[in-house]
Amino acid sequence: MALLEIKELTQRFGGLIAVNDFSVSLEGRELNALIGPNGAGKTTVFNLVSGFYQPSSGSITINGVNTRGMKPHQVTALGVARTFQNIRLWNDMTVLDNIRVSQHYRLGYSLMDSILRTRRYADREAAIERTAMELLEFLGMKDLAGEYPPNLSYGIQRKVEIARALSTKPKLLLLDEPAAGLPSTDVVELIKLIGWIHKEFDLAIWMIEHQMTVVMSLCQGIKVIDFGATIAEGSPEDIRNNPTVIKAYLGDEAI
Amino acid sequence: MGTRITVPAALCALLAILVAMTQKDILGQYGVTVLCTMGIYIILSASLNLVNGYMGEFSCGHAGFMAVGAYASSIAGVFLFVPDKVFGHPWLPMSCAPFAFPLILAVGFVAAALAGLVVAIPSFKTRGDYLAVITLAAGYIIKSAIENVESVGGPRGFMGMSKVVQGMDTVMELPWMLIWIFLGVVFTIWILRRFVYSTYGKGIMAIHQDEVAAEIMSVNTNKMKLIAFMLSSGLAGLAGGLYAFLISFVNPASFTILRSTECLVMVYLGGMGSLSGSVLAAIAFTIMLEFLKPLEQLKWVAIPLVLILLMQFRPEGIMGNRELSDVFPKLKRFYRFK
Repeated sequence: MALLEIKELTQRFGGLIAVNDFSVSLEGRELNALIGPNGAGKTTVFNLVSGFYQPSSGSITINGVNTRGMKPHQVTALGVARTFQNIRLWNDMTVLDNIRVSQHYRLGYSLMDSILRTRRYADREAAIERTAMELLEFLGMKDLAGEYPPNLSYGIQRKVEIARALSTKPKLLLLDEPAAGLPSTDVVELIKLIGWIHKEFDLAIWMIEHQMTVVMSLCQGIKVIDFGATIAEGSPEDIRNNPTVIKAYLGDEAI
Repeated sequence: MGTRITVPAALCALLAILVAMTQKDILGQYGVTVLCTMGIYIILSASLNLVNGYMGEFSCGHAGFMAVGAYASSIAGVFLFVPDKVFGHPWLPMSCAPFAFPLILAVGFVAAALAGLVVAIPSFKTRGDYLAVITLAAGYIIKSAIENVESVGGPRGFMGMSKVVQGMDTVMELPWMLIWIFLGVVFTIWILRRFVYSTYGKGIMAIHQDEVAAEIMSVNTNKMKLIAFMLSSGLAGLAGGLYAFLISFVNPASFTILRSTECLVMVYLGGMGSLSGSVLAAIAFTIMLEFLKPLEQLKWVAIPLVLILLMQFRPEGIMGNRELSDVFPKLKRFYRFK
């Protein structure tokens, strides 16, 4: 069974067809990319997968569970985490709190436990903090636990956001333009980080990315969309030499 | 363990001192009334801070929920203890009054929490200014609805609660209302503090800072909003119940937009997202109200002016997102809360 199975997904916003008859099947532990020119509908696909929009038609299945009608927090609980194109950390919370709150779906205690401070509350809070600290330590950010995100560099904020996504224990990690806005030295670091996370955390990664160095050096499979429809798919080699892709990115005259 | 009991011990001592002072008549009737009003204002501002400060929504119908609590508690009190032409014979003897009083307040809490649904459910889809308009409307709906219920006196108001307070005095001569209000304040701060400091409660702050990220990062935002609005309005209902029994009379005119404005002034004066700020602001506000009494109606020129000056020169309020223990870290030695 595929980890993520999208079938004939279509999303309309009024008269605009943002995603048109899109299908994909991702297996666990794969590292794939979704690319395409600006406005092609890539982020819409991610928003649909994470439950932020309900599709106009088509189906999304995660580990055999159809996500139609689910709220984003329920989809996250199924094992899909994501980051955002423009970093969306909670800026008035410390890095540690960011990574604690993102474990909300498996807190394992109730409102009453939190008010009465029961044994279960104490145990679970300790476990949540331990998980968060271990994750930070694993990613080499233990020292930043008490920092507020706006005091960190853009590259580090990205890394914190990835850590926050990882804290939900995903089976599938969606990265929406992880290299956007990073200086080229940081991009090299990011490529290493993503490859390392993919290996260490034993999960599937699906990313949207414009920087081809990132896509070509990491991904096994690439899907290219334009105007909401799939125009090509295959290995990095295939995509690099595909005339349709080059045309979509550069226009007719370049050929 | 030694430090853990410091706060409860200090609170017991404070209550004992207050009771002793009233018994010896050091405070006088006026002093007791001011202290009681202060307590009610603390509950109101701290509970409103949950929604306006911690969750970042703008609720301006807090007086409406206070009214629901005030009427529900009053009716429960009269129903249980006072012979009344609408509610019939009392169910319980007066001697039970001190023991049944928490139950009466609980009725007000639950009724107001349920009334909070009027705002909580629209908040699933509506935010910011639009939700503020809904809270404003909710406040008016509640007030107008009560005005039209004849069995509770309509616009003339409802009374009879004084007999319950007198009933408590027959059991034992104590400043009962002062004690109940004191306990109400402790309960409010206790519950709010524990809630907002848990990872569970921090989900509310995540909604404030980025609702989309909160939902995507597995926070059940609808459920958190429901809890925040219901807890906030329930505690306003508790304040309402205490207020009703304190002055032994409730009428719809006590719960107008003016009362909601008072709550807002206190929250913004104290600082959003700061419980100690809310407490300090409520104390300062009550004292200010007393000092401005000679101005009569003109005090409603002076108080909004404070708000204008505040927004101009210190928009974050007295405490501004910090607690007293952040400003004076040494205080942390005296208590240990996780």
